[in-house]
Formats: sequence, structure tokens, C-alpha cells
Amino acid sequence: MVVQKGTERVKRGMAEMQKGGVIMDVVNAEQAKIAEEAGATAVMALERVPSDIRKAGGVARMADPTIVEQVQNAVSIPVMAKARIGHIVEARVLEAMKVDYIDESEVLTPADDVFHIDKKAFTVPFVCGCRDLGEAARRIGEGAAMLRTKGEPGTGNIVEAVRHMRLVNSQVRKVVAMSPDELMVYAKELGAPYEILLQIKEAGRLPVVNFAAGGVATPADAALMMELGADGVFVGSGIFKSENPAKFARSIVEATTYYQDYERIAELSKGIGTPMKGIDMSHLGPAERMQDRGI
Amino acid sequence: MSVRIGVLALQGAVSEHVRALENSGAQVSLVKDARDLAGLSGLVLPGGESTMMRKLMDRYGLFEAVQQFAEQKPVFGTCAGLILMAKQIEGRKGPHLALLDIDVKRNAFGRQVDSFEAELSIKGVSEAYTGVFIRAPYVKSAGKNVEVLATFEGHIVACRQGRYLACAFHPELTDNPALHRYFVDLVNAYQ
Repeated sequence: MVVQKGTERVKRGMAEMQKGGVIMDVVNAEQAKIAEEAGATAVMALERVPSDIRKAGGVARMADPTIVEQVQNAVSIPVMAKARIGHIVEARVLEAMKVDYIDESEVLTPADDVFHIDKKAFTVPFVCGCRDLGEAARRIGEGAAMLRTKGEPGTGNIVEAVRHMRLVNSQVRKVVAMSPDELMVYAKELGAPYEILLQIKEAGRLPVVNFAAGGVATPADAALMMELGADGVFVGSGIFKSENPAKFARSIVEATTYYQDYERIAELSKGIGTPMKGIDMSHLGPAERMQDRGI
Repeated sequence: MSVRIGVLALQGAVSEHVRALENSGAQVSLVKDARDLAGLSGLVLPGGESTMMRKLMDRYGLFEAVQQFAEQKPVFGTCAGLILMAKQIEGRKGPHLALLDIDVKRNAFGRQVDSFEAELSIKGVSEAYTGVFIRAPYVKSAGKNVEVLATFEGHIVACRQGRYLACAFHPELTDNPALHRYFVDLVNAYQ
């Protein structure tokens, strides 16, 4: 009997199973359990959440394998982990540890300022960030099986994630309406692989799931991203930087599922404490903008 | 009039099931609340994360409503849905909906790097069916009233008990409509 592992369908399918769910950043086993209990569909194991990476400065790397392992042992939901952009070996190490998904992430300091990882060469699937359809199509071309907006991580400010989700979706609509000759020129403008754009045109949608990430700080933020067409939500600093993480996490999960039930969102947004403080984009210098890394 | 089938839409591969059911001649609606079950002739529990689905079902009374619905109507569970339907789950205190007389093991083939595709023969459905297994469970043992429809490496991966149908893989991720058609026929038969 022929058994095939690591196929495109199995990699992309894993992300399909996450749809409508919330993937939460956690830094230890205890947080992972809180996330699972709240109804997270997966956790992202890392050493520091993005807002702490911002504060700490220096070089941010793949998490200590001990943390990843502790999180894997603590929960039965999928465990994701971040590798630096272009860091083939960090990714291979995470694959060897059998993490369920690798985030080749701009939240960490890029290891390669030109190339991303050739993700097709791996059995483990990858998720990558994107700000527009050009980036999205390049990452898919490299083998990413899931996308997410970059947003601006660790800011608690949703504006960049909104911008990226709206832009990608409007560009997808444009591609769908284009004639084949227009498509080639648009591929040139976006720096996107023509074949990927053609696939999008034929299918009428992106070939992989696209989640919202980077700045989700409240249940209403999560619901807003679903309203704008996100397939699900990543929450980084928002949960464990809030006053009551367990309740906060649960509220974000419910707001994501019931994103058009406004009475329910009002109800579950009561008494969940203060969300993280947040940063206005005008206070971030060019060097502090994580979204401009690895484009 | 074609039958109307619901898809539990708390999380997971919902749109894929909707498409497959519509292609099999059913009308489809999404189930997020107990009231959404009204007027349905069958229900699909999709792939996704069973722990998450159970938690949300508990919070708004959907759990009891689905159990009641299943007393009369056909239910089809895929992957996480199979876990929700099982009477016994290895390593877990107590089952979820406890509809099917089977004992299941979660993530039985390993983590995501061990996820795979394989050709299956499904009794009464298809001789050559591509099973897409993603962090999939399998059935360790089944009661005598459970009909085994497919096995893989000696483990039960599809089965039926009366109006309940379940599989460990994801028919919604393939273009083969055979299993969804089988379920639509089953729903029609129980009308």
C-alpha cells in the first residue's frame, strides 16, 4: 500500500483544520494548558511573546527546545514553533522535534536578509506572514502551506493587520477578474509567481488558509478580522499580557466563532480586565517595524 | 425536495463539508447554536480540534441539543467528529457525545510530520478512495453492532452503526464525493 507523507494536501489540510480557531502564543507549559482549556486550536511555543521581544531588543531566535518539548508534553492540541526567516537549521531542528507547524517568522530576527527557506523540501508544514498578494504568492511558491497577515506584532494595535488583510483580499478579487494577458503584467508588478496567480484566478481564492496576526488585542479585534475574511486568528502578546489571561483567552475564542453575534461579543467582553496597553504606529521607527523584515 | 443537512460550524473544515454535501445533492446549513438544528435531517461533525469543539458546545447548551438530535437523526463525523461520537477515548475521562460503540485513540498515527495519504477500500462506498489522515485517530476496538467499513494497517478507520457514520480521515479534503453521497443516502433512508 502506498503511503505518502508531507504531501501538499496533508500540509495545507492541517491548516484547514485550524479554520475558525485561535492559535495562541505561549512561553511555558502552564500557559499552554490555559490556552487549551480556553479552547485554542493550537499553541505557538516561544521564548518570549512579541511585545517582550520588542522590549528586550537584541537578537530573537528559535525557542529553547526544552520549552518546545514542555509545551508538547502539556497539551494534546497541535504545537507550532517559530524559526528565524531563512534559518534552515532552526527549522530542521523543529522538524526533528516533531512540532506540528513551523512559523518562519519576522517576529524573530531574520537569519537571512535575502532568502526564505525552501519549504517544499520539508515534511513539516510552514506558515508565513504577508502584507500583500506579492508576498503571499512568493511564500506559497516557496512552499508555505498557510499564510497569516504580518500586522505589526507585539503592538496590540490592529491597524496593520487590517491593512494587510484588506489588501490581500482586494488583490485576490482583482486577480480573479483579470484576463490572462493582464495577469502576467500584474505578476510582474507584484513580484509574484505567475503560476500561483493563475491558480488563484482559477480557484477564485487563495490556495491556502489565511489567518490574521499581529496586533489582535481584544475579542472585538478578533471578530473584526473574521469579518474582513480571515480564516482564523493568531494572538501573540494579547492574551498573557492581559489582566486575566484565562478569561481573556476564552472570550477571544468565542468572539472568533461567533464573530457576527454582536450581543454575545458585548457579553463576553465584559469584565475581562484591561487589554495590553498597545503602541501607536507613529511611535515606531523604521528599525522597529517587524513587518518590513523578509518581504 | 432534497434533504437539509447541518454542519457543526464552531471551528474546522466546515466550508469543505458544505461544498461536498451540496455536490451530493443536499441543502446545507451551518450549526453554531442549538436553534440551528431545527428542520435538519442530518448533521456532520467536521474535522478540526475536538477539545475546542466540545468546550464551545458545553458553553451554550449545544452539547445536549446535539445529543437529543442524534437520538432520531443520522450523524456523520470525520476525524475530530469521530472522536466526538466515540463512547470511549483513550486517556480521557469520559466520552463526548457517546453515540458510537467504539474505543478510539487520538493522534494515533503521530504528530503532523506523520500525517499521510493512502488508498483505501471502503465497503459499499468505493474500492479506491484516497484517505487523507491528518493527526488522525483510529478505532482500537468496536462493539458487535458496529459495521467496519475500512481499515488501514489493521486499524479501523471508517465504520457505521445504524444511522451513525464516522471516519478517521478527511473525505472533505478530496474531490471524491462517494462518502458524502453515502451519507446523504443514509439521511434520505432515515427520513
